Amino acid sequence: MAIQVIKEKCKGCRLCVKACPFEAIDMDGKLAVINEKCTACNQCIAACKFGAIIKTEEDGPVDLSAYKNVWVFAEQRDGKLMNVALELIGEGYRLSREIGGDTKVCAVLIGDQIDHLTDECYAYGADKVYLISHPLLKNYTTDGYTKVLVDAIREYKPEIVLYGATHIGRDLAPRAAARMNAGLTADCTRLDVKVSSYIEYAQKNTTLDTSTLDANDPSTGLKQTRPAFGGNLMATIICPRTRPQMSTVRPGVMQKREKVEGARGELIRVEPQLAEGDIRTKILDIVKSAKEMVSLTDAKIICSGGRGLGGPEGFALIKEFADKVGGVVGSSRAAVDAGWIDHSHQVGQTGTTVKPNIYFACGISGAIQHLAGMQTSDIIVAINKDADAPIFEVADYGIVGDLYKVIPQIIAEWDNAEALYDASTK
Amino acid sequence: MKIIVCAKQVPDTNEIKINPKTGTLIRDGVPSILNHDDANALEEALKIKDMYPDTHITVVTMGPPQAKDMLIECLAMGADEVVLASDRALGGSDTWATSNAVSAAIQKIGEFDIIFAGRQAIDGDTAQVGPQIAEKLGLPQVTYVQEFKIAPDKKTITVKRALEDGYEVIELKTPCMLTAIKELNTPRYMTVSGIYNACKVDIPTWGAKDLGVDPDKEVGLEASPTNVFRSFTPAPKGKGTIIEGDGEKELAQKLLINLKSKHVI
Amino acid sequence: MNFQLTKEQEFVRKMVREFAVNEVEPIAADIDQNNEFPMENVKKMGKLGMMGVPFPQEWDGAGGDHIAYAITVEELSRVCASTGVICSAHTSLCSWPIFTYGTEEQKEKYLRKLNKGEYIGAFGLTEPNAGTDSAGQQTRAEDKGDHWLLNGAKVFITNGGQSDVYVVMAMTDKSKGNRGISAFIVEKDFPGFSIGKKEDKMGIRASSTTELIFQDCIVPKENLLGNVGDGFKVAMSTLDGGRIGIASQALGIAQGALDVTVEYMKARKQFGKSLSKFQALQFEIAEMKTRIEASRLLIYKAADMKDKHLQYGPNAAMAKLYAAETAMYVTTKAVQFHGGYGYTKDYPVERMMRDAKITEIYEGTSEVQKMVIAADVFKK
Repeated sequence: MAIQVIKEKCKGCRLCVKACPFEAIDMDGKLAVINEKCTACNQCIAACKFGAIIKTEEDGPVDLSAYKNVWVFAEQRDGKLMNVALELIGEGYRLSREIGGDTKVCAVLIGDQIDHLTDECYAYGADKVYLISHPLLKNYTTDGYTKVLVDAIREYKPEIVLYGATHIGRDLAPRAAARMNAGLTADCTRLDVKVSSYIEYAQKNTTLDTSTLDANDPSTGLKQTRPAFGGNLMATIICPRTRPQMSTVRPGVMQKREKVEGARGELIRVEPQLAEGDIRTKILDIVKSAKEMVSLTDAKIICSGGRGLGGPEGFALIKEFADKVGGVVGSSRAAVDAGWIDHSHQVGQTGTTVKPNIYFACGISGAIQHLAGMQTSDIIVAINKDADAPIFEVADYGIVGDLYKVIPQIIAEWDNAEALYDASTK
Repeated sequence: MKIIVCAKQVPDTNEIKINPKTGTLIRDGVPSILNHDDANALEEALKIKDMYPDTHITVVTMGPPQAKDMLIECLAMGADEVVLASDRALGGSDTWATSNAVSAAIQKIGEFDIIFAGRQAIDGDTAQVGPQIAEKLGLPQVTYVQEFKIAPDKKTITVKRALEDGYEVIELKTPCMLTAIKELNTPRYMTVSGIYNACKVDIPTWGAKDLGVDPDKEVGLEASPTNVFRSFTPAPKGKGTIIEGDGEKELAQKLLINLKSKHVI
Repeated sequence: MNFQLTKEQEFVRKMVREFAVNEVEPIAADIDQNNEFPMENVKKMGKLGMMGVPFPQEWDGAGGDHIAYAITVEELSRVCASTGVICSAHTSLCSWPIFTYGTEEQKEKYLRKLNKGEYIGAFGLTEPNAGTDSAGQQTRAEDKGDHWLLNGAKVFITNGGQSDVYVVMAMTDKSKGNRGISAFIVEKDFPGFSIGKKEDKMGIRASSTTELIFQDCIVPKENLLGNVGDGFKVAMSTLDGGRIGIASQALGIAQGALDVTVEYMKARKQFGKSLSKFQALQFEIAEMKTRIEASRLLIYKAADMKDKHLQYGPNAAMAKLYAAETAMYVTTKAVQFHGGYGYTKDYPVERMMRDAKITEIYEGTSEVQKMVIAADVFKK
């Protein structure tokens, strides 16, 4: 695929230059010229009022039908499944059913002595489990896991492989993708196979012009949607010519299925071909940090502090607030960069993506980096001195004021909420 | 020792704003910077050079001609040599194709003991190019490196690799690929004399031919396994309510009434 | 005519700004309040080449030019005028005369370390009874055959007490007036040299301003800078260059005040709209911005002329005169725009206003600058 300018139609109006997020269009006199920064993102096609920019589509991929089923890398650590693995089984289930036929969602379990995890995979929706067990796979190593996973993929040929975008998933997936020359999309927040589902999603959540899409299009290529530029731009990525199609998916984004106790599925034991010499890194130690484990992804309420706190001591108030409302302490990147709080609390593009029921943004201006990680929260409450702070653009409720005065009042009134509400409805 | 550092010039995404009327990115006046994690990668290489002055550091990047500015910055920080892979034929490369081009550049540079890269670039946040280069060059890798030590034999490396809830201590041998995170170190500043010397350097620019990569199969938009299908901006959320009231107490009460009415508390 | 900065100069601005924002700005308010000389930062600046910007690398300088030097002082002063003047006094008033008039041995011994920030430098001309009128020098230097003997005192010496090296003016022949002045390089540990009272100043409080006391101070023969009787020439040419540094400091103060004021105006709401939306205030900002830009052009022109070895004295005087007045104008307005907050230490503009005032006074008051400029106008 490539973007082309039809010279005869181009009027030199520069609308495409303004629309291009990648500075990939230059003007040669009165003619737009696509330069090497082009990523074929299509923004210019929509911007051009004269139909002068087109995308040249290529022929479809060669026989990709040999690939079947949706695989989920069911990441486990210390014999426990990661939450994201269950979320991905849920998402894989949805995708497999959309693809139809007898497409199955399969969990790939890699480790040592992890047979007990198969039931949990079934309970959350897996049709099949590929169990790859070996003493050398006890702990994650890039070399060991890449080898056995790629061997299995080559043998069983899944059409889709999903990984959690964890520190392990983001180490393994690109390595495996490079070995198989497969396409990989990082940190996806939305996956679709049916064009009709994609249209539905796009119409509901985005500004995308869906008129160029055909809801009856029978193709089932994976459409992987991810944020770019801090979430200001969303891109949907496809892998038209290669299989498997691989994605890493952010923890906390996809939905787990309702657990069905006693659910059963098919178990396939894969014998790994692995020798000690295959693994070139040696794990000397694994240290669980003493720092308090912040489960921002699971939190129902998050109380986050930012630069507006004015200093590290402000987090004492945020902690008090979080304790009162049964929430978890989050922070903006600015507060982390200032050294006021540990990185593990950071919400945003480079921190954790969260979607609690309520997100309290206290003294957070709302840099796009931050918004990218929390704007899908159900309810956002912003407390900030600066009425022009961008956080108010995404907030459902905003209070313009001094957080050091407002928060203590919320803490004081928290237990009266029900009575206040009742009184207000009378 | 010979060290190669992979770096990328990126727009400072902290500075990018969105035009509320058109929903498009405002890139005017947004500075291009050395990607943060890559600065950490370079700093770690420079620290090795501080310890072993015979260390030679080459920074390699792929990008448009303007990326030379970032390479000048790397030289002014203390890198010995820089290389720019730049060619229209490389344009539109996804991470797979990018790693082909950068791997080819590294092979052209020659022998090395360690490749440092940043974990990820702030414009794409994929964290894929480092591991993909490692795979193509057949190197062991450690990503998310937060602490680095090298034994006096200059071959045995011990690193701490960050995990979400702690870290692993990993030992490996050179040659290898390591990707750096911010916790690894604090990048140094350029020096004024470094700036004046760096600006005199004629930066080598290698095109697809120099790299020996095939634009039909290995690099560029056509060869990339992933393509952008559509891109768009998220729908703006409806405007929220600014709570008005007399004093903080009333504001707090009104907020709680609103939250209660939404059944979220 | 080329109003474009070179790539090198652009990079120097980027680098110094990063350093200033990360290392200097966070401590600026504290060191101002505590009268604390930022030695740690000055040493870091030395390692980064910021204490030797306009000198050649063969003398361990950074190999830059005077525009890059002006940018360095400007960017430091944008966040902390004290740090700016420490760099300016060191570079313009101590390293420059040694570089220009010094022997190879003097350069070897002093300039290298000054350029690397291993030594800090200062300049002693002003005396209690000889400020603007330098010919009234009372500090005397007697030729004792194998050494010079200095007696007298200097006041208001920037970097006093923190410096390792001082370029000092003293009368070697009172009867010759200005032509009887000679310049000396005095090390801090020379016998008979001591530091007197430290001034408690209105502004630039993190810079050290002290008396220098010479009581039978023994200065080796080889520490005469230039020839006997050259002192006035050394001092005047040094001050011409120093004015570029102080003008840059004033420019930085003004730019810093404008920057924080613009941010404040965007954030602060009155009568339901942000201050930035009021046209009357916008016009004032336009005025401030214009004066700042005019100052910048005057400074860069003077610096460029200096690099090209042109007669730049009157241009440096114009740059300093205008930039200093601009700093005072802009910072006064900046405090006004901040209202009551501007008068408190919660915001940096009150510090900037205090810091700005000195730029109209030292290294030649505004009145002296006008004398220099007018003399040039009427000389033909």
